[in-house]
Amino acid sequence: MRDDEHDVEYAVSVRDVSKNYGDVEALKDLSLDFPRGQLTSILGPSGCGKTTLLKIIAGLLSPTSGEVEVNGKTVTGPGPDRAFVFQDFALLPWASVIRNVAFGLELRGVAKSERESIAQKYIKNVGLSGFENSFPHELSGGMRQRVGLARALSVDAQVLLMDEPFSAVDEQTRRKFQEDLLSLVQQESKTFIFVTHSIEEAVFVSDQIAILLPRPSRVSEIIKPTGIRNKGTDNIRRDPEYLDIVDRIWASLRSYVE
Amino acid sequence: MKVLGYRLPGMSSLLLWGLLWEIVGRLDVTFFIPPLSEVFQTLFSIIGTPAFVKAISETAYAFVVGVTSAIVIGVPVGILMGKSRLLDELLLPWVNIFLSAPLTALVPVLMVLFGFGMKSIIIITTLFAVWIIILNSRAGVMQINRSLVEMAHCFGASPMDAFTKIYFWAALPEILGGVRIGVIRGVKGVIIGQLLISIVGFGALFELYSANFLMGHFWAVLIVLFALAFTISEFLAYLERRVGYYASKR
Ligand SMILES: Nc1ncnc2c1ncn2[C@@H]1O[C@H](COP(=O)(O)OP(=O)(O)O)[C@@H](O)[C@H]1O
Ligand SMILES: [Mg+2]
Repeated sequence: MRDDEHDVEYAVSVRDVSKNYGDVEALKDLSLDFPRGQLTSILGPSGCGKTTLLKIIAGLLSPTSGEVEVNGKTVTGPGPDRAFVFQDFALLPWASVIRNVAFGLELRGVAKSERESIAQKYIKNVGLSGFENSFPHELSGGMRQRVGLARALSVDAQVLLMDEPFSAVDEQTRRKFQEDLLSLVQQESKTFIFVTHSIEEAVFVSDQIAILLPRPSRVSEIIKPTGIRNKGTDNIRRDPEYLDIVDRIWASLRSYVE
Repeated sequence: MKVLGYRLPGMSSLLLWGLLWEIVGRLDVTFFIPPLSEVFQTLFSIIGTPAFVKAISETAYAFVVGVTSAIVIGVPVGILMGKSRLLDELLLPWVNIFLSAPLTALVPVLMVLFGFGMKSIIIITTLFAVWIIILNSRAGVMQINRSLVEMAHCFGASPMDAFTKIYFWAALPEILGGVRIGVIRGVKGVIIGQLLISIVGFGALFELYSANFLMGHFWAVLIVLFALAFTISEFLAYLERRVGYYASKR
């Protein structure tokens, strides 16, 4: 059971971050806090700077101004406290599933037998047992993303950054993923930062939703669908509060959609 | 190819051309073309002679050293050019010029610089092979999926890790393609070098045979060279197919 009232401590804090690509202002003075152990969604129409924000938190991009703190330390680059799940999976096409899952550990210099036994555990966790020696091109999109997820989990980072991880998989797989993600958030005491452009998905999985609007990009609203969190996955989608929140978010986003 | 319902093995058409060669040879049209059977007889008779063994080992040495240097220089340079914009701007014009330049024209200069021996031939071989290897390695790196690079960076890859675990493998299909063409050009380089310098390896042998109108010998050596070049190129094509499974899915 996760409870907002207790440890309102932030794993990640974004302070007045701006990012310009040449003349394009992708982010402007954006501030946002991510409560520890919870899942925060960043929701917004495409092009509003979600990926940019996530990459700045990951340390892959440096902000034009402002700063990001992870566990109180200012981010200057990627670090072992954060792991990334990519929209396009970013798997090594020449490496087997187990090597892909263990790749983060391989880069950290963990011995082969040790990293493979850790990888094995997470391959089982994400439901890919038996596919250890398959190659990415032999797997479906959904299975590939499970590999990407297992890789991020196996480095045991406190913060998991996910950039539209389910956008490249089919609808059924996507629903299954959303349910699995909910139980993952419960099991692992990690902070999840989850980028999506799907309103339903955000409301379904999040403890907190930050709505990002473009031109200039900013956090326009923060919504906490606390009431539906403990309803159980089967009931959430027909819960009146769930439907209300979806409607409310749509109302504020619709004017930004051409 | 199928004839009368039978599936013929690859390159059966060579038999036909061989037959034509034999007939033309028997007709005594020109001294330049002896019958193929005679060429093969000559081939077997000279293949163990010290002159032939010397020629082929000298050629193999020049070829292996030349092509290996081309690979060892070409692959890293190409990868670095693909990674660094600055390096690319600096080197690309030269690579393109040398790729299309008539390198044979450089041979006299190289002979002046490096003498009339093995050294010049090795350098010529390298010069023939290296440019396409650079260009292909560069192209392989340029088409790399950016998110693989970000992924490696994200999970803490050092620049060396990124080089050996990401860039090299991502570019491998193009690198092998480049090496294959480079090797074929290297064969040209080593032969042209020997012909122009003509005191080493097959150059010396060709000089001897053509001066004495030994056309059977001449063709026999040529067939050996063609067969070697073809075998090497087929072997590299096989390696290329081995990595083909991910070439289209990066
Ligand atoms: N490398 C880049 N160079 C120039 N502009 C970029 C770059 N990356 C993103 N942008 C621009 O920044 C804005 C935000 O992009 P992005 O963060 O990818 O948005 P989202 O992930 O929400 O779709 C877009 O207008 C996009 O065109
Ligand atoms: Mg995006």
